[in-house]
Amino acid sequence: MADTMIEADGLVKSYGETRALAGVSFSVPAGTVLGLLGPNGAGKTTAVRILTTLALPDAGRARVAGFDVLARPAAVRRHIGVAAQDATLDGLLTGRQNLVLVGELSGMRTGLARIRAAELLELFDLAGAADRVVKGYSGGMRRRLDLAASMLTRPLVLFLDEPTTGLDPVSRQRVWEVIRELIGSGVTVLLTTQYLDEADALADRIVVVDHGQVIADGTPRELKERSRNAHVEITLAEPGPGAAEVIAPLAGGQISVSPDGLRLSVAVDSAPGLATALVRALDQAGILVDNIEVRQPSLDDVFFALTGAPAQERESEGALA
Amino acid sequence: MTQTIAHRPGDAAGTWRTAGSAAEKVKNVVSMTRRNLVHISREPMQLSDVTVQPVLFTVLFIYLFGGAIPIPGGSYKAFILAGLLALNLTTSTMGTAVGLATDLHEGIIDRLRVLPMWRPAVLVGRSMADLLTSCLCALVVAATGLAAGWRSSAGPLPIIAGFALVLFFAYALSWVAACVGLNSKSPESAASFGFIVLFPLAFVSNAMVPTQHMPGWLQAIADWNPVSAVTAGARQLWDNPNPSGSISAWPMQHPVAASLAWSVLIIAVAAPLASWFFRRRTTG
Repeated sequence: MADTMIEADGLVKSYGETRALAGVSFSVPAGTVLGLLGPNGAGKTTAVRILTTLALPDAGRARVAGFDVLARPAAVRRHIGVAAQDATLDGLLTGRQNLVLVGELSGMRTGLARIRAAELLELFDLAGAADRVVKGYSGGMRRRLDLAASMLTRPLVLFLDEPTTGLDPVSRQRVWEVIRELIGSGVTVLLTTQYLDEADALADRIVVVDHGQVIADGTPRELKERSRNAHVEITLAEPGPGAAEVIAPLAGGQISVSPDGLRLSVAVDSAPGLATALVRALDQAGILVDNIEVRQPSLDDVFFALTGAPAQERESEGALA
Repeated sequence: MTQTIAHRPGDAAGTWRTAGSAAEKVKNVVSMTRRNLVHISREPMQLSDVTVQPVLFTVLFIYLFGGAIPIPGGSYKAFILAGLLALNLTTSTMGTAVGLATDLHEGIIDRLRVLPMWRPAVLVGRSMADLLTSCLCALVVAATGLAAGWRSSAGPLPIIAGFALVLFFAYALSWVAACVGLNSKSPESAASFGFIVLFPLAFVSNAMVPTQHMPGWLQAIADWNPVSAVTAGARQLWDNPNPSGSISAWPMQHPVAASLAWSVLIIAVAAPLASWFFRRRTTG
C-alpha cells in the first residue's frame, strides 16, 4: 500500500475565463483525514472532481491510491468512494435500490451488495425509508444516502465534498460520528468544508484554499498558532492600578482594563507557558490573580487572518464551488 | 445506535467479480437495464407512446382514413398494419433520446462516472430497456390490429420474422436517438427530435399510403427511405398487400434484404458514434 494515498501536484483548471485552480498541491498520508477548507468558489470541488476522475486538469498531476488519475482512471475508480456536493442519486429508485445498483456496478456480488446496503441504511438512520423512492426524501436524507453510497464498497480513499452542508444539526452530528468511526479503520479521507469547526473536529491536517490557491497548510493546532492572536483574560482579586504596566512587556497588543479595574484583556502572541509567565509577573508585583483564561484562536480567527475576510461573508461570492 | 461501520478498506478480496471480463460487462448491462425498467414502472405515463399512441393511431388510420385510400390488391386494414408498426416503433425511439438526456441532466451520471463500471453499459442498458418497451409496443399494435380485423395468411414464422424485422430496425434507430440525446442540452430539446426527424421519417414513406401517388421527387425519397423498406418487408413476410412491390427501386424489390442492410449500417455508424459522444460528454 502506498504511504501517500492522495497526491495533487500543481493542479490547474480553468472554466472559460474563471480560473478555478491556479496550481494546487497537497498530499494526504494513508489513514489520515485532510480537510480542504475554503469559501464557496475557492476551488475545493474542482480539486475533488479532478482527483475522482470526473474532470481533467489543464496542467499538473495527481495520484490517488498509487494510480495516476490521468493515466489509470479506471484503477483509481476501483479504490475510491465519492460523496459529491450535490447528491448524485437516482430519484426514481428507492434508497435500497440505489445502493444495490452502486454495489453491482462496482463489481460486488448482488447478495453482498444487498447485505452491505442494509448495513449502511441502518447506520445512517435510513432503514425506515429504505424502500421509499428517493424523490420523496428530504435534503438531509439524500445527503446521508449519498454518503452511504460512497462507503458501500469499503474504498481505500473517500472523498467527501461538503458532507454536512445543508444538514440539520442532528444529521450533522450523525455524519460526524460516522466519519470518526471511519477514521480508525484505516481509510484515507479528503473532506472539503466551509465549516471551520468541522475541519477542526475531523481533520488531521488542513489545507486552506482561496481563489484556487493553497494559502495555508498544517494541523488545526499549527494553523491556530500561526494566527498569533490568542486572547488572555485576567480577573484580579482586587483592583490593581499597576497591573497593566506589569504585563505590558509580555503582551503584544493593546491592553484593555474594565471600568472597575478588575478585568484585563489583551491579544497576545500565542506562546507556550504564557499563562504561567503572566501570573508570575503579577504575583511578583504583589497583585493577586483570581482567574486567568487563555482563549486559543478559533479557526474562524485563522481564516480571517489568512484571507482578510470572515468566512461567512464570502459565501455568496463566486458561482464555482 | 451502537453499531460500528466495520469499514476495513480493501479487505473485500474474494467478494469481487473479475473486472473488465465479459461476464462483468453483461452484469453491468443487466443492472442498468433493470434500473431503466424500474423507472418505467414508477412513471407508467412514460409508456403512453408505446401503449396509448398505437391504439389511437390504429383506430384513427383504419376507421378515419381507411375508407378514403384505395389499396390495389387488398384492403387498407391489411395494408396499414405493417405501416402502423413501423410508425409507432420509429417514433417511440424518441424515448431513448429523452431518457439519455435526462440521465445526463441529473446527478446520477456523476455517480455512475466514479464507479469502476463498464461505461458503455449506460448506453447498452438504455437501448436494451427501450428494445423491451418496443416489444410491448409491437404487441399492442398487433392486438389492436387483430381486434380491428387485420389478418395475415402467412405462417407463424414469417409473421414473427416480420415483427422482428421492424423491431431490429427500431433498435438500430434507437442508437441514432442516443446520439441525439447525448448532444441535447435538456430532455425537452431531445423530445423535439421526435417531431423534427422521426415523424417526417415515418410519414414520408410507404407506411401510411402507397408512394405511387406522390410527386416524383418525394416518391424517390420515400422509396429509398429505410422505413419504406422495413414496412414493405413486413408486408411481404405477412402476405399483406404491398403496392411497393411494383416499384423498380432496389429496396422495394428486395425489401427484407434492404431493411436488414439499413439496420446493420445504422448500428455500425451510430453505436460507435454514440459511445464517442458519451465519452466526450462525460469527460472534462
